[in-house]
Amino acid sequence: MKLVFERPKSLQLTKTHYCPGCGHGTIHRLVAEVMDELNIKEKTIGVAPVGCAVLAYNYFDCDMQQAAHGRAPAVATGIKRALPDRVVFTYQGDGDLAAIGTAEIIHAAARSENITVVFVNNAIYGMTGGQMAPTTLIGQRTETSPYGRDPKLAGYPIRVCEMLATLDGPSFLARVELTDVKNINRAKSYLKKAFEIQLAGKGFSLVEILSPCPTNWGMRPVDAVDWVRKEMVKVFPPGVFKEPKEGNV
Amino acid sequence: MEKILMKGNEALAEAAIRAGCQCFFGYPITPQSELPAYLAREMPKRGGVFLQAESEVAAINIVYGAAGAGARVMTSSSSPGISLKQEGISYLCGAELPCVIVNIMRGGPGLGDIQPAQSDYFQATRGGGHGDYRTIVLAPASVQELVDLVYDAFDLADMYRNPVLILGDGILGQMMEPVVFKERPARELPPKTWATTGKMGRQKPNVINSLYLDPVQLEEHNRKLQRKYQEIEEKEARWEILNGDDAEYFVVAYGICARIAHAAVEMARQEGIKVGLIRPITLWPYPKKAFEEVLSRAKAFLTVELSCGQMVEDVKLSVDGRAPVYFYGRTGGMVPTAEEIFREITKMRGHS
Amino acid sequence: MNRIIIDKDRCKGCGLCIEVCPKKVLCFDDDVVNALGYHPVKAKEGCIACGFCATVCPDVVFTIYKEEKGGK
Repeated sequence: MKLVFERPKSLQLTKTHYCPGCGHGTIHRLVAEVMDELNIKEKTIGVAPVGCAVLAYNYFDCDMQQAAHGRAPAVATGIKRALPDRVVFTYQGDGDLAAIGTAEIIHAAARSENITVVFVNNAIYGMTGGQMAPTTLIGQRTETSPYGRDPKLAGYPIRVCEMLATLDGPSFLARVELTDVKNINRAKSYLKKAFEIQLAGKGFSLVEILSPCPTNWGMRPVDAVDWVRKEMVKVFPPGVFKEPKEGNV
Repeated sequence: MEKILMKGNEALAEAAIRAGCQCFFGYPITPQSELPAYLAREMPKRGGVFLQAESEVAAINIVYGAAGAGARVMTSSSSPGISLKQEGISYLCGAELPCVIVNIMRGGPGLGDIQPAQSDYFQATRGGGHGDYRTIVLAPASVQELVDLVYDAFDLADMYRNPVLILGDGILGQMMEPVVFKERPARELPPKTWATTGKMGRQKPNVINSLYLDPVQLEEHNRKLQRKYQEIEEKEARWEILNGDDAEYFVVAYGICARIAHAAVEMARQEGIKVGLIRPITLWPYPKKAFEEVLSRAKAFLTVELSCGQMVEDVKLSVDGRAPVYFYGRTGGMVPTAEEIFREITKMRGHS
Repeated sequence: MNRIIIDKDRCKGCGLCIEVCPKKVLCFDDDVVNALGYHPVKAKEGCIACGFCATVCPDVVFTIYKEEKGGK
């Protein structure tokens, strides 16, 4: 018998607190698989955000720090500057990274901090109960945009990859949708590349993953995945926005 | 040993390197800018890390990351910048991370001015951010003491896994005095087995964290912190009493204010007034024992500060109603002269 | 025969695996309520060990073995 699939070693056995159909569990697994394949979990330090993934330190089998809301890139900077030969990643949601932590992510990218950022964009604040996020779509109903996000009142969604791609600092920026087998595998290949870039000392890498939040969107898990595919990708086009010139690392 | 003439801010920076500071993260603000500038020049040459962050908030969170990774780390700022750092300081205390934070105080509130002040006393000694926590606060009164206390600050931070504040003021940061960098034997400190350095074969991951969702656990965590703070209060309070042996009156002042107050005490002595000076060196823990030592003969206390009256509350708590406590303060960057304080001493004697 | 092992106590019943399975061998086990309070998935015969269910599963419920050619 040939083993086709098993739980990655870099993931602890703890059951996650995530809701049914939430993308975080899948993304945790992908990051753990990449840590396994690159054989780096013994020298990796992850930084957990504030938000739904705040308890990520209970799930990854590597050293972890828990950061204040939005400050994960600053915390990661401190770890990496103190221990340059270790692998450091942040795991952040859209409220954490693109609202309260906007300054920290932009400047970590501009400095080309040699860290990897896993950015989970589900267009809503999950942990606090479904409020409008910086990435909430125009017209999307949330607890704090109950009539749908109105750009006259609440502005427009922020495209993080496109924004960071204007900087010289970042080495690798990519966005992918967590919708089907092909795209989930693509997400993993981007994550792997992002960590490889860090291992090669090539600087800042970020993978933005469009991920379903069935609970706060008020949808069945299958419908939430469909909404990512049909609505989110229109506003947040998947693709590679920046990569090292040589192409391979 | 060689004496070198140095500005307070630069002497502090040099002492930090000699005390084994591996990383410095900061953000420019007057009147402490010579400190990061010195470290920007020296750290790369001496194997350390210097990074100018995008904000005070980022700087203190970079400190959090590096401290969590086990490095000796420092940041510095001045009053408005320290306000911004409070988020990080609360997290550092919650996660029990050692670091040294320098506040070269200036006038407030708000943007205030860039002149010396001591109006961040409450903020420094009462925690400053959210939650039940304390930071050790050291208040040097000369450039030499500034240097000496930097070594202690790093050691105390490591001993207790707690941030240590060095509370100076614009005068101390800017003034030049001769200093000696004494060679000191390394103190025995607990190994940082908790640091997130990568598991490197360790069985369990290390986690740096201040989140305890279960209130039972969070209460227990707080009780543990309080036990630590109690130990610090018992062991680490420091003070100096000058002209105290036969004194019936006492001036209480710290930092640069204590220097001026001491000159006033000397003037009063010339006039035959039996007055001494209590100079707290640690502001938290507050040196209550200093008051116990003198209370049997003390007729009154006069607190002098570069503020509208903050430390005076700790003096009242220490005296506990057993003698009158008077206050004299200048604020907004104004500094009292020795003559002004002398007049207050004579008033104190008149009252009692 | 291919082997699909389901860690039923981890399953949150999101149904993403049922949707993605090309051979439609997965369904909810309506007779069972697991430790988390959900009806977990169960597998019928006919798994081709493509691993799609494991790929989309957010809770790492599956372990999958494929029978090698000529093997038992």
